[in-house]
Amino acid sequence: MNGGTSRERILGRVRRALTDVPRDERPEDRPVVRDYLRTHGERTTSESLDLLAENLADYRALVHRVTATDLSALLARLLAERGARRVVAPAGLPGEWLADAAVDILSDAPVLTAHELDEVDSVVTGCALAIAETGTLVLGGGPGQGRRALTLVPDHHLCVVRTVDQVVDSVPQALERLAPAAARPLTWISGPSATSDIELDRVEGVHGPRTLEVILLAEDPRSV
Amino acid sequence: MRVGLFVTCVNDSLYPRTGRAVVSLLERLGVRVDFPTAQSCCGQPMFNTGYRHETEPLVRRYAAAFRDHDYVVTPSGSCAAMVRDNYPRIGAGAEAEGRGTELSEAAAGAVPKTYELTEFLVDVLGVTDVGAYFPHTVTYHPTCHGLRMLGLGDRPRRLLEHVEGLELRELDGAEECCGFGGTFAVKNPAVSAAMGSDKCRAVARTGAEVVCTVDNSCLMHIGGVLAREGSPVRPVHIAEILAGTKDSVR
Amino acid sequence: MSRDGTGVPHSGGAAYLGMPAFPRAAETATRDDRLRANLRHATHTIRAKRARAVAELDDWARLRQAGAAIKDRTLRHLDHHLVRLEEAVTRAGGTVHWAADAAEANRIVTDLVRATGEREVVKVKSMATQEIGLNEALAEAGIRAYETDLAELIVQLGDDLPSHILVPAIHRNRGEIRDIFRDRMASWGRPAPEGLTDRPAELAEAARRHLREKFLRAKVGLSGANFMVAETGTLVVVESEGNGRMCLTLPETLISVVGIEKTVPTWRDLEVFLQLLPRSSTAERMNPYTSMWTGTADGDGPRVFHLVLLDNGRTDTLADEVGRQALRCIRCSACLNVCPVYERAGGHAYGSPYPGPIGAILTPQLRGLASPLEESLPYASSLCGACFEVCPVAIDIPEVLVHLRERVVEGGEVTIRGTRTTIKPAKRHTAERAAMRAARWTFDHPGALRRGQWILSRSRRLRPRRLPGPGRAWTDTRELPAVPAESFRDWWARTRGGTA
Repeated sequence: MNGGTSRERILGRVRRALTDVPRDERPEDRPVVRDYLRTHGERTTSESLDLLAENLADYRALVHRVTATDLSALLARLLAERGARRVVAPAGLPGEWLADAAVDILSDAPVLTAHELDEVDSVVTGCALAIAETGTLVLGGGPGQGRRALTLVPDHHLCVVRTVDQVVDSVPQALERLAPAAARPLTWISGPSATSDIELDRVEGVHGPRTLEVILLAEDPRSV
Repeated sequence: MRVGLFVTCVNDSLYPRTGRAVVSLLERLGVRVDFPTAQSCCGQPMFNTGYRHETEPLVRRYAAAFRDHDYVVTPSGSCAAMVRDNYPRIGAGAEAEGRGTELSEAAAGAVPKTYELTEFLVDVLGVTDVGAYFPHTVTYHPTCHGLRMLGLGDRPRRLLEHVEGLELRELDGAEECCGFGGTFAVKNPAVSAAMGSDKCRAVARTGAEVVCTVDNSCLMHIGGVLAREGSPVRPVHIAEILAGTKDSVR
Repeated sequence: MSRDGTGVPHSGGAAYLGMPAFPRAAETATRDDRLRANLRHATHTIRAKRARAVAELDDWARLRQAGAAIKDRTLRHLDHHLVRLEEAVTRAGGTVHWAADAAEANRIVTDLVRATGEREVVKVKSMATQEIGLNEALAEAGIRAYETDLAELIVQLGDDLPSHILVPAIHRNRGEIRDIFRDRMASWGRPAPEGLTDRPAELAEAARRHLREKFLRAKVGLSGANFMVAETGTLVVVESEGNGRMCLTLPETLISVVGIEKTVPTWRDLEVFLQLLPRSSTAERMNPYTSMWTGTADGDGPRVFHLVLLDNGRTDTLADEVGRQALRCIRCSACLNVCPVYERAGGHAYGSPYPGPIGAILTPQLRGLASPLEESLPYASSLCGACFEVCPVAIDIPEVLVHLRERVVEGGEVTIRGTRTTIKPAKRHTAERAAMRAARWTFDHPGALRRGQWILSRSRRLRPRRLPGPGRAWTDTRELPAVPAESFRDWWARTRGGTA
C-alpha cells in the first residue's frame, strides 16, 4: 500500500476534472441505448451448431461431431493419431470419456508443476459454454475444465462441448450466462494460438496449444 | 427560391472558371443564382489551424451575406463541411466563453441552407442528368470532407455517369486522402507530398485524361504534383464537367 | 512544461525523450523505402480484413454508439467506479495501489518485485507499462523484464522502439525479424535454431521455444488490462498468442498496471467491447484468447495479485471537455491502420508508444504540450477523418486535433497534474498567427480582398516557379496554380452588373 495519499490525490483530480457534470447526476443517470442485437440472426439449435462448427473451423480448430456412445472411441482415436502418451484429465471429467484411450492419464492432484505440464502431450476437458457466432469456447474452472494452466501448457487441447446445453449464439448471451461465474477465472478460446505480429498477417501457433480439437457431443443420436 | 452562390475564396481568387461553371450550370437548369459580394472565406484555413477566434468574424460575414437566401450552393465539399460541422462548434465555443448566443444563432441560420453543389443538384433539384457533354475519360477522387463529413456518397458519381461522352475510370484507393489538408500541406510537406504522389500514381494507373473532384483545394494539390511530375492528366472540378455542353466543348 | 516553466513532462518513456518534432521525424521516414513498403503492406492487409469483419455485424453502428456511451457515462463518474473497483478487487483477494504518475507507478512495481526476491519478470504486452517506461525503471533496479508478445520481443531484441499499438514491430518485415532473431536471441536466452528462415510459422516457432523456458520458471508476471469491471473487480486481457495466458497464469505473483480509464461499470458492458475490440483490432470475430480474472483464485493461477491504478495525465485529459473523449480509446489500432499519415510517417515519428491519430491526441494530453514534439502532434493530420470513421468508440479525432491546435496557437485553459492553469500561445507560431490575422482581416474586408486579387492577377506572370521562405514547403514538390487574369468577383461585376 502506498499510504493512501495518491489515492486521494487521484480521486480528487477526477472530481475536479468533472466540474461540468451536474452535482446531482447519479452514475446510472446518463442513458446507454442498448439497441444492438442480442443475436445476429434467428437460428434453430441445429443451425447454431453448424455455425459454431463453421466458425471454429474458420480459425483452424479441428471439429468433430459425435454422440455419447461414440465419444470414448473418438477420443481414443484422436489421441492415438496424435501419438499422445501422457494425457491430463482435470478433476470432474467423466471417467468414461477416456475409458478406451491407451494413454497414461494424469490427474492434476497433486498439482502438476509447469515443467511437468510441459511434458504432457494432450489435455482433455469439457467447457462452460461455446459461442456460435464467434466460434469461441469458454472454460471456467468448473468440473472437467481444470485450472487455466492445464489447457495452456500442453500443445494439444481436446475440448468437449455438450451441444444440448452448452451452446449459445452470441457474446451477449454468453456473458449473461457467465455472470454468476465471474468471480472464477475464465478463459475464452477461439481457435488455436495465433499471431498477427508479422506483417499483420495471421499465423496459427505461438505459445498456447497449437492444435485445438473441438468435439461437439450430442446426447441424442437422432440429432446428429 | 432564392439561391446564393458561395464561390469560396480559393475559387474566387484562383479558379474563377469553376464559379462561372456553377453559374452557367444552374442557369441552364433554370435556377437564378445570386452572388452576394459581401461573402469572402468560410474561415476553414484559420479554424483548422487552431485560430478559432479569428474565424468568428467570417462566420458572421457568411451568415449575413446569405441571410435572405433559401439555399446557399458552394462548389466545395470542405467549405460546405466547414459551415455545417464547425460553425455550430464555433457558436458553442463562444457560448462556453460567456459571449452569448449570437454566433450560435448565426450558425443555426447558415447550416441548414448550405449545400455542396452535387447535393444541391441531386437532393434539392432532384436531377442526376444535367444534360452535360464531356467527351473524355475521367477518374473521380472523392475528397475526404465530401466523403466523410458531408456524406456525399455516390451523388457525384451518379452525376458523372449521366454525362454524355464521359467514360468513368475507377480510382484505386479512391477514399484515401490526397494529402492536401490545408495548412497540413506546408506544415508536414514531406508526408503531404508522399500522399500526393501516391494519389497521382493511382490516377495515372487509371489512364484517364482528367481527374475530377468536388473541391479545388484538393485539386490544387493533386494538380500541383501532376504538373511537377510532368503528367498530362488534367485536374478539373466537377462543376466544369457538368457545365460542359456540345456547344461549349473546345 | 518547457513553455511555462513547470519542468519536465510528467510521462516516463525515457527512450522517447528528446525526439524531434513530428514533421522532421516524418520526413526521414518518408525517405525510407523499406519502411514505407512494410507499413503499406501491413496496414493495407488489415484494412480490408477489418472492413469485412465489421460488415458481418448489422448492428455495428449501434454497438459503436453504445460503446461510446458506456465509456462517456463511466468517465462522468470515474471516481465512483474506481472506488467500487477497488472494493471488489480487494474483496477478491487483490491489493490495489494508486499511482499519480509514471515515477510513482514504477516505484510501486519495482518495490513489489523486489519484495518477491526475484530478479526477472515476464511481461504481457501492455501500453500502460510502455507509457511509463517500466522496463527501463526495472532495469535500473537490476530486474530484467522479458517481453513475451512476439512483436514486443522483436522490438526488445532489436533494441528498438514500438511503432504500432497492436503490432509494435510493424515497421519490420519478415526478413528483418529473422535477422534480429538470429543475431540477438542468444544474448537473451535460448538462441534461434540453426538455419532459421523468414517463414512466419518458423519465426513464431522460434519465439515459442525461446520464451517457453522463461514462462516455465517465471515467478512474477506483469500485465496491463483491456478492461476492468468495477462491479465485479474482474480484469480482462485480450490477446492472440497465449503469452498473456502464460504470464497471467503460471507465476506466483501477478502485477497489473492499468490506466484508470480502462474501467467499465458492469459485467454486462463487456458484451459491447468484446464485440467491438477484436473486429477493430485484429479483424477477427473473436481473438484467440481472452483471460478474465477477479483477484486471486484458490488453486488456479497467481496467489498474489496487485493492481496498480495509473493516472499519469489521464485526469488532466479528463478535465478537458472536448479532449476527454480520447479516454474512450480501447487501443484497437484501427485508426492507425487507416491513417494515410501514419502509413507514410511510421510510428516512431509520433515520439510516444501511442502513434497514429490516437497518439496525436493522446500524447499531447497525457504529457501536456510540453515540447515542440507534443506541440507538433495535433498538426500530424490532414483531418481526412478516416480515423473517426473506423473508431469503434466514435472518438472524433479530427475534432480533438483542431481543439488541441487551438491550445497550441491561442493558448487557453489546461490542467497540468491536477491544477487548472492558462497557458500562453506557443512562441513558434508568432509569424503564423500574424499571417492568420492578416488573412482574416482581408477576408473580412472584401474591398481589400478584391485589391489583393487584382495585384495578384496583374503580377501573375512575374511569379517564380519556386517560392522562398515558408512557401518552399509547397513548391519543393508541387507547382503553384496559375493565377487567373480575372477573379470570379470581377467577372461577376463585369458580366452581372455588380452586386446581387
